[in-house]
Amino acid sequence: MSNFKDIAWQGLWKNNPGLVQLLGLCPLLAVTATLTNALGLGLATVAVLIGSNVLVSLVRDFVPKEIRIPVFVMIIAALVTAVQLLINAYAYGLYLSLGIFLPLIVTNCVIIGRAEAFASRNSVPAAAFDGLMMGLGFTAVLAVLGATREILGQGTLFDGADQLLGSWAQSLKIELWQVDNSFLLAMLPPGAFIAMGLLIAAKNVIDKRLEAKKPAPEPAAAITRARITKVG
Amino acid sequence: MAFRISSSPHVRKDTATQAVMQKVILAALPGLAVQCYFFGWGSFIQVLLAIAVALGAEAAVLKLRGRTIKETLNDQSAILTALLIGVALPPLAPWYLVVIGTIFAIVIVKQLYGGLGQNLFNPAMAAYVLLLVSFPVLMTTWAAPLGLGADNAGFVDALKVIFSGVGAPAFALGIDGVSMATPLDTLKTDLSMGLTATESLQKPIFGGSSTGEGWVWVNLAYLAGGIYLLASKTIRWHISTGLLGALFVCSLVGFALSPDTHASPLFNLFSGATMLAAFFIATDPVTAATSRRGRLLFGALIGVLIYVIRTFGGYPDGVAFAVLLANLCAPLIDYYIKPRAYGHRGHS
Repeated sequence: MSNFKDIAWQGLWKNNPGLVQLLGLCPLLAVTATLTNALGLGLATVAVLIGSNVLVSLVRDFVPKEIRIPVFVMIIAALVTAVQLLINAYAYGLYLSLGIFLPLIVTNCVIIGRAEAFASRNSVPAAAFDGLMMGLGFTAVLAVLGATREILGQGTLFDGADQLLGSWAQSLKIELWQVDNSFLLAMLPPGAFIAMGLLIAAKNVIDKRLEAKKPAPEPAAAITRARITKVG
Repeated sequence: MAFRISSSPHVRKDTATQAVMQKVILAALPGLAVQCYFFGWGSFIQVLLAIAVALGAEAAVLKLRGRTIKETLNDQSAILTALLIGVALPPLAPWYLVVIGTIFAIVIVKQLYGGLGQNLFNPAMAAYVLLLVSFPVLMTTWAAPLGLGADNAGFVDALKVIFSGVGAPAFALGIDGVSMATPLDTLKTDLSMGLTATESLQKPIFGGSSTGEGWVWVNLAYLAGGIYLLASKTIRWHISTGLLGALFVCSLVGFALSPDTHASPLFNLFSGATMLAAFFIATDPVTAATSRRGRLLFGALIGVLIYVIRTFGGYPDGVAFAVLLANLCAPLIDYYIKPRAYGHRGHS
């Protein structure tokens, strides 16, 4: 099962859609003002991503190459509509606070990118697993960004979690410190850009450290020939 | 003697960065002193705090980047940035404002772009804008000038207000006793409420002088510092002249067309951060245009923008935004305005 292990590694870290591919930056930057919003959008994206990857993988042999993109987009749009209606029905507060970015999942490059690059070339289980891992990787970035911005901006965590999980979740809200004047920059899009840049830098630093820790691979034994008389 | 072969320039002057920075810092001190006289010890404390934070932050980043710490800190550019942040902030602003602003200026705006000489934006102004956007209320409440409101904050009282956020007993009435909107802000609010400029200028904050109590002296002190910088050839005249000239012309036109809704040219020149901007902020050689004509244009652009933002914008003073916008334009100005090389006829 090293194939699945590789898919997980690619989605969660090495080829993380948020940090490395830099896909879906628009929702990534726009809705991560609080952890709750970030998790909400992340989970919605995971659901759509798994669904679209499975469906695209199922129909991959029947779709002519020339019109594959429109077909993929229609599949994704149908799934997004379903997810949007579900959130509208069961988490109305979240629906309101995510606003336009919920239907805009259709245009999220992560989803069309995975459909095109992975799902249309692989079997259904692999595609589903890839959707899950890419989605989780994206959600993780959203969550870290959302948590950072919420802590810096409001000094809280899980503010408004009841919108996502129901009224019991109000007790989840953690107030780290009392702020009289909230740090608006962290809540505004420029703060998201700066935080995102720092996150990417942090990932690169970790990668470098890992690289340095790894013992240098033995130089492959070079083929030495005493004399070359003829080429080819 | 040894003949060295090198490309131009062949005539060099060994002016170290440190010497330039020291002169600019020195020239800013009278302005700081006048500010302290009129608005209490707050500005002085802010400057000290900013310098401490700036040096710490710069040393930390330099260590992370693997650069020499001592030599780079010695160029004193961080101290100048900190000084500008310190005098630009409201004197009684809480301590975390100056800490956040200075760290942002040094770490993000300066060092992440590659350190001194590489930054796209003026670090002090970027920090000011960050704080203005993040904490609009705190950033637009300035200490009351001498003779207005409660007594001026003494050194210890100012320390207490800045670090604990709670007024010392003398200021138990709350922060409003010692702080108020700046003259620029007052004028803007009054104009939007339908008062004429002349009516607004009758208010006590303008103190009979036409530019606002204290502010004219602060600006004069910075002007004196600027003249010293010009005389010692630390800065060239182009940017400052462009800035003040454009601001003067714009406000003259506005004042001539509609004196009831526009402040006079003198008011514009001697209030807010005009002189500080003209001689200390806009003249930063790193973020300005490089040719002489380019610098004239660069300064004029800032002057026009200051006027436009002050008159039509939402914020009371537009210096920081104007400088940042002009910083963005500097590469474009340099692209189109190139000094003619000697012996080169150009494209015609």
